[in-house]
Amino acid sequence: MANYLLIESRDPWESSDTSSWLELAASLAREGNTVSFFLVQNGVLPARRSAKSAGLTALAKAGVEVLADEFSLRERGIDAGRLADGIKVAAIDVVVDQLAAGRKVIWH
Amino acid sequence: MDKKTLTFVLMDAPYENSRTTTAFRLIDSALRKGHDVKVFAYEGAVALSFARQAQHPNAVHGRDAAQEDHPNPKEWIVALQQAAAQSGSKLEWMNCGLCVDERGVGEVVAGVTRGSPVDLWKWSEASDNTLVIATR
Repeated sequence: MANYLLIESRDPWESSDTSSWLELAASLAREGNTVSFFLVQNGVLPARRSAKSAGLTALAKAGVEVLADEFSLRERGIDAGRLADGIKVAAIDVVVDQLAAGRKVIWH
Repeated sequence: MDKKTLTFVLMDAPYENSRTTTAFRLIDSALRKGHDVKVFAYEGAVALSFARQAQHPNAVHGRDAAQEDHPNPKEWIVALQQAAAQSGSKLEWMNCGLCVDERGVGEVVAGVTRGSPVDLWKWSEASDNTLVIATR
């Protein structure tokens, strides 16, 4: 089994292919891989409780670590208290740490 | 912390997408953690290091160039080079030569080199990990 970090930078209201990225993360976790899902830029928009946040909460319940970039949240005025269940605030250092640890890191 | 070598592959032209900002944040974080970083810029990203980038006034808001203080990515690259020197890490920045020639952006800030996709392959082989930040 492998360790993955999937980075989502796209806004689901603008890019319909974000749902495929969610499904990829869920599939990797189902297969027994360790998976983190890092939201950055407009990718953090569904982290706020909304019509598009259920998929992220479901991902967290499936064992995927779902993280939202603190800087991107702050840029968009999204307070940590408004995040959907299962989503944690993280610094971008997480990506560097996981790259250094040898995770397979894929940008979307 | 073990020092690692990380390669970042950038494709976006400057002034267009927040992917560039995120890439600079990642590179900055890696350098401050003491990792060695290699950056291979291709397509529009080769213009990030173009030496003739210049600040400009903002007539709409009535500000001169100094007041506007418009940031240019070539200065961010120099700042990353300085961050590397302070942390004892190494930053190598290489532009795809063909991409540079196509765009006429061969005048670059000090420390930036030119190469080919073969060099990217060699860098990736020699690195502990590689992140490709592609455009759509």
